[in-house]
Amino acid sequence: MWSSPFITTPSSVSQIMLRVLIALIPGIAFYVWYFGPAILVSITLASITALATEALMLKLRNRPLKPFLSDNSALITAWLLALSIPALAPWWLVVVGTAFGIVVAKHLYGGLGNNVFNPAMVGYAVLIISFPLHMTHWITPNLLGGTELSFAGQLNYIFYGVLPGGMTLDAVTMATPLDTLKTQLHLGLQVSDIRDMPIYGRLAGKGSEMVAIGFAIGGIYLVFARVVNWLIPAVYLGTLFVVAGIFHLADPVHYVTPLFHWFAGAAMLGAFFIFTDPVGGSTTFRGRIFYAAGAALITFLIRTFGSFPDGVAFAALLMNICVPLIDIWTQPKVFGKKGGGK
Amino acid sequence: MISALWVMVGISLLLGAVLGYSAIKFKVEGNPLVEKIDAVLPQTQCGQCGFPGCKPYAEAIAKGEADINLCPPGGEEGIRKLAELLGVDYKPFGEGAGPRAKAVAFIDENTCIGCTLCLQACPVDAIVGAAKQMHTIIASECTGCELCLAPCPVDCISMMGLPESIQTWKWPYPVYTLAQPKNPTREMPTS
Amino acid sequence: MRRLDHFHGGIHPDEHKLESSELPSRIAPLPPQLILSLHQHIGAGAKVQVQAGDHVLKGQLLASAQGMVSAAIHAPTSGTVTAVRPHAVPHPSQLPGLCVHIEPDGKDQWIEHAPLAYRAIPKSELLAKLREAGIVGLGGATFPTHVKYSLAPDQRIQTLVINGAECEPWITTDDRLMRERAAEIVRGIEVLRHLAAPAETLIGIEDNKPQAIAAMRAACADSDIEVVIIPTLYPSGGEKQLIKILTGKEVPSGGRPTGIGVACSNVATAFAIHRFVDYGEPLISRQMTVTGNVRTPQNIEVLIGTPLQELVRLAEPLPGVTGYILGGPMMGVDIEDLRLPVVKGSNCIIVKSAKLFPPAEPAMPCIRCTRCAAACPADLQPQELHWFSKARDFGKAQEYNLFDCIECGACAYVCPSHIPLVQYFRFAKSEIWQRERESQAAEVARERHEFRLARIEREKQEKAERLAQKEREATAAREAITLAQALAAKQAAKQAADPDFEPDNTQQMRINAAIERAKAQVAAENPKNTEVLTPQQQAEIAEIEARRAKLREAAAHPGADDEPPKHS
Repeated sequence: MWSSPFITTPSSVSQIMLRVLIALIPGIAFYVWYFGPAILVSITLASITALATEALMLKLRNRPLKPFLSDNSALITAWLLALSIPALAPWWLVVVGTAFGIVVAKHLYGGLGNNVFNPAMVGYAVLIISFPLHMTHWITPNLLGGTELSFAGQLNYIFYGVLPGGMTLDAVTMATPLDTLKTQLHLGLQVSDIRDMPIYGRLAGKGSEMVAIGFAIGGIYLVFARVVNWLIPAVYLGTLFVVAGIFHLADPVHYVTPLFHWFAGAAMLGAFFIFTDPVGGSTTFRGRIFYAAGAALITFLIRTFGSFPDGVAFAALLMNICVPLIDIWTQPKVFGKKGGGK
Repeated sequence: MISALWVMVGISLLLGAVLGYSAIKFKVEGNPLVEKIDAVLPQTQCGQCGFPGCKPYAEAIAKGEADINLCPPGGEEGIRKLAELLGVDYKPFGEGAGPRAKAVAFIDENTCIGCTLCLQACPVDAIVGAAKQMHTIIASECTGCELCLAPCPVDCISMMGLPESIQTWKWPYPVYTLAQPKNPTREMPTS
Repeated sequence: MRRLDHFHGGIHPDEHKLESSELPSRIAPLPPQLILSLHQHIGAGAKVQVQAGDHVLKGQLLASAQGMVSAAIHAPTSGTVTAVRPHAVPHPSQLPGLCVHIEPDGKDQWIEHAPLAYRAIPKSELLAKLREAGIVGLGGATFPTHVKYSLAPDQRIQTLVINGAECEPWITTDDRLMRERAAEIVRGIEVLRHLAAPAETLIGIEDNKPQAIAAMRAACADSDIEVVIIPTLYPSGGEKQLIKILTGKEVPSGGRPTGIGVACSNVATAFAIHRFVDYGEPLISRQMTVTGNVRTPQNIEVLIGTPLQELVRLAEPLPGVTGYILGGPMMGVDIEDLRLPVVKGSNCIIVKSAKLFPPAEPAMPCIRCTRCAAACPADLQPQELHWFSKARDFGKAQEYNLFDCIECGACAYVCPSHIPLVQYFRFAKSEIWQRERESQAAEVARERHEFRLARIEREKQEKAERLAQKEREATAAREAITLAQALAAKQAAKQAADPDFEPDNTQQMRINAAIERAKAQVAAENPKNTEVLTPQQQAEIAEIEARRAKLREAAAHPGADDEPPKHS
């Protein structure tokens, strides 16, 4: 029995996911340009781990391997996780985070399409709670002109944890611009003084702001290719801008500009690649507005008042929890039940 | 101390009076639970549950004297509805006690001797006929309870499966071609 | 220029209309056999009026409408009724339905028929005539036209919408019909305008049919019928969607267009009405597109009841046929058997090949991407409906408006996971309908059972009352006997004492009669046991018992068929 319709679009899950991966490439390119190729190592590591654990779980769950391994969803998890943690993180950190995301957050919930939480963000949350120290060693961008670690040195550190003779970890890594901002504000400095520090560029952190622009470029491609819905990035960035703007206008001494929030940390990655993950996101028009606005609010609150350096991952997880309720409350009126029409 | 005690006693007396008054004032006539259970049962009146009809079975369930998995014509769906209604766990049919395909009784008119015994057995008066006259079953009213089979002295009643027609045909559950696991039962929906 | 509204969603599938739209339509030759399903329309099936062996003329009534929502069926040509028996009919189940089989005699001889001066008769009579002529909506839903235009006294039609959108890919029957028969269609529309008396009449045509638009504009030049060009977007030809586009009004969920002052009919329906009022011809033929993997895709005027194989043969199928679709690729029915007959609702047959219609992609799990919701013209959330249908949570599915789904297929078309969404919805709908039927049956059974219990109780009471009554009468009779006997004894004693005493004979007779009556009454109190069978009956039973014993021997595996059939 074959029910109509008998024709379908050529699009497929793996093709959608592939486009998301392609859209990540500009950001990764900027990453490599400003921070060296270490990120490629962790992306590769995460990808291998993701595919291996995915295959293992499919086997255990008695599912066919080929269609699910080729759907590219595990690769997205791997890439997003790798991009969320420091590139110089030891190899096992990447492996543990990715494996936890795929095994627990994805397959224990029923695999593709059934996970409540974004697997990459679950992996990130586990890492930042379990290994907070290792999650603070971000590579210093080469724009600052300090000591630079060669690729061989990066590899050596990732896999063996050793640095070239006489080099300290502090010399080649630093806290993230968001983290530095928070620490310095606590020390009593003013925003304008902090922003004059060499690690900050025109928008946010030197180098990292360019990576954010790269993600934005890829994200805009996704929106125009209709791979992701425009609504979530727009509402997320809009809300973040408005909330940050209000605080900044009220007290520019202690609150940074909205643009800083946009281009610092994972806001761009989140807006276009994390909150737009359809599986854990809201499915209704109004629901997506709530979902994205809530995510932006949580991001801002954690960044500004919380103790974690960035709030995107927790915003994603917290909003994932709310999705079923949001969806129930925001079911659209169907055709012919709109109360009279016009 | 004493005054607190008095206040508590006073409150409990007041609340007790209110409760007692409402119990009389808003007394529910009959047992609505029985009605609700009866509404779920398929009304075949077949007695396969061991009770003489659907209503008695409903009463027994309401009193907690009978299990919810005794009604084969209701099917698993029926057990699920009862479980939901009563807030208890789903319980599968006992061994060999599951539902059978829907069927209606049919009287072989050549064999029927017109004894009227089946007329008296039919719980929904779906058999017409008179003494020494041939009997026949109104198929549209027959619930398939099989209660007429046993009394017939000449065994002229048989159960006939209902053929699928365009009116009763159902779209089948879509079958996934891809996720064909080695052990298909694990893919089956559980509810 | 009219301001158009739009409906939510919609899709742009490949049109594939040029294949069949450029050849002039032709008339199919008389087939060797015609098979007319009695269930050609929505509503109650028609009641057959002929029997095997009857000779029928072209246009003669074969089956009459029964009930309000029903339409008659007529002989498409003259010939002999060979049988009235079940035959596979165009339905997704491919199950047989009752059909009238006709063997044409080749003369194509018409029954007496005449044009109808419809303006001279009351509207109710015209509607009845449409019902008798078997006119139903030819856009696909086959809703009887007379029902559509039977307006309540307080109903006013603001807009009459004529559907020439033809949004489904591959199909070009309405396109061709409008190009070739524009003037005739307008004559049919005039009948509908007479019936509905609308303030405005709009013909909606998708902008991918410029010739049809030009032809209809030319035909409407002298009237105030307006041809409106609408953008090509599937499913703008859906009745509710077209009404929304043209008028901005939404047909309420579960309601009919007439409820919001709109009536809607297809151009092919208007053409059929024209044939009826101007020539007196009932609906016995229609236009169909034959396309797909054939040498000459084209439109053919075909008699209702023609086996599909005749049509496919006319278009010359190419090698590599993988199956057939009756209807369009979005909403049609997948068929394998070409012996199925054309019904009034058939508008297209597509011959499939692996290249044109590759087999369904394997389905992946839903990733909640909501492309389906974005495409849904009914503003539904197909992904939610899919989960509920899949989990057989039918109550929830209904809560999420499953029954507002028009099964247009837009959701399944865009689904990147290739989930057969429409089939899930059809599955859920038919399960719900079955439950509905079952609960209705249970309700009837409950009533009958309760009535029976009440009846038994009443009979018991009546019997008890009768018994009590008889008991009273019997007591009275016994008393009478005692009294009479005492009287007789007294008389005898008197006689003995006084030999001259003449016994009063009349009195004696009265006494005797009373005794008899009383005795009879006592006897009647204990009726003979009617349960005792006569020797004849016992002989009958014995004979039957013997037959049964024989049957039992013959039956090798009693109870083997008790196994419930496996449901998939």
